[in-house]
Amino acid sequence: MGLTERLTIPEEEFVYSGHTACGGCGGALAMRIALKALGPRTILVLPACCWAVIPGVLPATCLSVPVLSIGFAATGAAVSGIEASLKAQGIDDVTVVGWAGDGGTADIGIQSLSGAVERGHDFIYFCYDNEAYMNTGIQRSGATPSGAVTTTTPARKREEKKDMVEIMVAHHIPYAATASLAYPEDMIKKITRARSIKGPKYIHVLSPCPPGWRYPSEKTVEIARKAVMSRIFPLYSVEGGKYEIQRRNIKKIPVGDYLKMQGRFKLSEEDRAEIQKKVDENWESLLAKEGTA
Amino acid sequence: MRMILTGNYCAAHGAKLSRAKVVAAYPITPQTTIVEKIASMVATGEYDAQYVPVESEHSAMAACIAAEMAGSRAFTATSSHGLAYMHEMLHWASGQRVPVVMPVVNRAIGPPWNIWVEHTDALSQRDTGWMQIFCESNQELLDTVIMAYKIAEDRRVLLPAMINVDAFYLSHTLENVDVPDQDKVDSFLPPYSIPFKLDVDDPLGFGHLIMPDGWMELRWEIERSMVRARKVIEEVQTEFNEVFGRSYSSIEPYRCEGAERVVVGMGTMTSTAKDAIDALRRKGERVGLIKMRTFRPFPGDEIVQLLDREGIERVGVMDRSTSFGSDSPLYGEIKSALYGRSDVMINGYVIGLGGREIKVDDVASILKDLEVGERGRVKWWGLKIEGESGDEMKSEAKHGPD
Ligand SMILES: Cc1ncc(C[n+]2csc(CCOP(=O)(O)OP(=O)(O)O)c2C)c(N)n1
Ligand SMILES: [Mg+2]
Repeated sequence: MGLTERLTIPEEEFVYSGHTACGGCGGALAMRIALKALGPRTILVLPACCWAVIPGVLPATCLSVPVLSIGFAATGAAVSGIEASLKAQGIDDVTVVGWAGDGGTADIGIQSLSGAVERGHDFIYFCYDNEAYMNTGIQRSGATPSGAVTTTTPARKREEKKDMVEIMVAHHIPYAATASLAYPEDMIKKITRARSIKGPKYIHVLSPCPPGWRYPSEKTVEIARKAVMSRIFPLYSVEGGKYEIQRRNIKKIPVGDYLKMQGRFKLSEEDRAEIQKKVDENWESLLAKEGTA
Repeated sequence: MRMILTGNYCAAHGAKLSRAKVVAAYPITPQTTIVEKIASMVATGEYDAQYVPVESEHSAMAACIAAEMAGSRAFTATSSHGLAYMHEMLHWASGQRVPVVMPVVNRAIGPPWNIWVEHTDALSQRDTGWMQIFCESNQELLDTVIMAYKIAEDRRVLLPAMINVDAFYLSHTLENVDVPDQDKVDSFLPPYSIPFKLDVDDPLGFGHLIMPDGWMELRWEIERSMVRARKVIEEVQTEFNEVFGRSYSSIEPYRCEGAERVVVGMGTMTSTAKDAIDALRRKGERVGLIKMRTFRPFPGDEIVQLLDREGIERVGVMDRSTSFGSDSPLYGEIKSALYGRSDVMINGYVIGLGGREIKVDDVASILKDLEVGERGRVKWWGLKIEGESGDEMKSEAKHGPD
C-alpha cells in the first residue's frame, strides 16, 4: 500500500536549487512537495514570511511558477483578486494558491483569509506552520504552542495554539486538511483532492524549523514524523464537514519523544504530562468529530 | 447621453465605461453609493465585471493589485479612514507598477468622527507614488476616470492614479452630466494591457527580495515615470478634449490675465472662488484663480510660468488640509516650486476643514488679506477662537463683493 502511494510522487521539480532557506527548512521542503502536486499551471501568492525571501534575490528566483509577493496581511485578498481576474478572462485551468506562514495566517492575515473563504473564491491556501514568526527572528505567533520559548515569550508561551483548521471548518469551507512533510504521499493526495474541488481549500502543513525549534537540521523529517506519531499534529481532513483521520494506525509515541528533540521546549515532567493530557483529549475530540470515538 | 447623476454615480459609470473587469471595494461614507451602484449594475448584467465585496480596504487594494497583475483592469474607490487603512497597499501598487484607478471621496479623518469634506486623507498619501488629480465637478470626475486609465496604463507611466472628489459637494450632489457613448470611450481607451503579468506560460516572480544595489534604480524608475506622466497627462487631456469636447488641463487659470492677486485651490472650492472673482472683477479688482487639477506629479513649472507670464504679484493658496507643525500641503508645494525662480508674495490659508463651508466671502476676504494682510505665513481662516484666527481681514470683507 505504502509503496504504490510513494510511486505517485511526481518527479518533476518546481523548486530549483539555489534557494536561500536555512539547511533543513521544513517550509522549503513543504513547498517542494506541494508544487509537485500543484503542477506548472499554478499562480502563487507569497506574503511577508520566510518564503518571501527564500525564492532568492531579484531578478533570480528558485520558483518556476508565477509568483506575486504581497503585503503580510493580504494573502487572502490577493488570491481573491487573481481568481476574479482569471474568471473575468475566462481562464479556468489555473490553480490559484496562497502560501503563508502561521503568523500570516493565524494572526495578521486571518481577516483577509476569512474574507476570501467566506466569499467562496476558488483557491488553495497553504499555511506552512513553523509555529512562530521565524523570518523576523522567532517571535511568538497565535500558532506557537504553549510551552515553547520564543524571543517574545522568553519564559515560554502560556497560551494555547490557535486551531486554524477548526476556524476554517467554522467557515463551512469545502475542504480543509492537515499535512506533514514526513508523509509526502498523504500530502500529495490531499492537494490533488483539493484541486478537484471548486471553492476555497485550506491545507495546514506543520513545518519544523531548525533554528527556531532548536534542533539539528538533519532532524526535520524525523520531528515532523514524530509530531504525527505522537498525535500532537494528527493528519486529518474535513470535506464537506465530514472528518476523516489519516495514518490513524501508526505506532503511537509519547508526546515527550517529540518535545524532547527540540530546544525550544524546556519543560518539567509535569509540564510534559500536562501536554500529553491535552494531546489525548484533542485526539478523543477528533475521533468524536469523525464519529469513531 | 445626458443624465442627472451624483458624483458617486459618475464614478460608477466611469468604471463601467472604462470596462474595468474587476471591482474590489469596501463601503465607507461618503463613497458607499459608488460601490452600491456598481454592485447593482453588475447584478443586473448591465456591467460585465467581477465584483469582489472584500472585507477591508487593505484587501480591496491588494485584490486590485493582484487582479491587474493577473491581466484585468481593476477599479476601487474609498475615502478617509478607508484610504488610511489601505496605506501599505498604496505603496505596493506603485512599487509593483500596477495602473489601478481609484476615486477617493475626500473626507476628514477622525477622531472625532467626521464624514465631511477635507483633503487631508489624500494629501497624506502624497509620497505613495500615486498620481493624484482633483475634480471640481461630477462631469470632471466621470471624464477623469476614463482619462486616468489611459494615463496610468501608458507604457511611459505605469503608475496608479487617485481621483479626488469632495465629499457630498460632489459625491451626493446631482448634476447634469454628459455621459460619453461606450463606442467613443472604446476607441479612446484601448483594452487593458501592461507589459508584465502573472502567466503560467511565461512564469515570472514579482516583488520578492532585492538588495540595496538594485533598489534605488527601481525607485528612480518610478520618479522618472512620474516626471514623464506630466507630459502624458497633458497629451491624454488634449486628446480627450478633442474627442469629447471638453477643456481639461493640469492647472486651469481662471481670469488670470492681468491679475495681480490670485488664489489657488483644488476641488469644489474653485467653483466658489470663480464666483468671488467674477464679483471682484466687476468691481475692477485685478484678481484671478489657479485651479489645480493635478497634485501628483506636481505641475510646479507650469505654475511658475503662469505667474511669470501674467505678472501675478501675490498668491494665496487655499488648503482644505493641514500638515501639523509645518506648511499646509498645497502651500508648501507651491512655495517650494517658486523658490529661487520667483519672488511673488505667497500666503497659505487653511480653510474649510471637516466640511466647514467655504463661502464666496471667504475667498474675497483672502484676496483682501493678500493685499493688506501680514505676508508669508499660514493662516487658519474662519477659526472660531478669539485672537487665534489669521483672518483679521474677514470682518472687513464681511459683506463681501456685491
Ligand atoms: C505589516 C507588516 N508587519 C510586520 C512585518 C514584519 N514581518 C515580516 S515576516 C514576519 C513574520 C512572519 O511570520 P510567519 O507568517 O509565521 O512566517 P515565517 O517567517 O515564520 O515563515 C513579520 C512580523 C511585515 N513585513 N509587514
Ligand atoms: Mg511562522
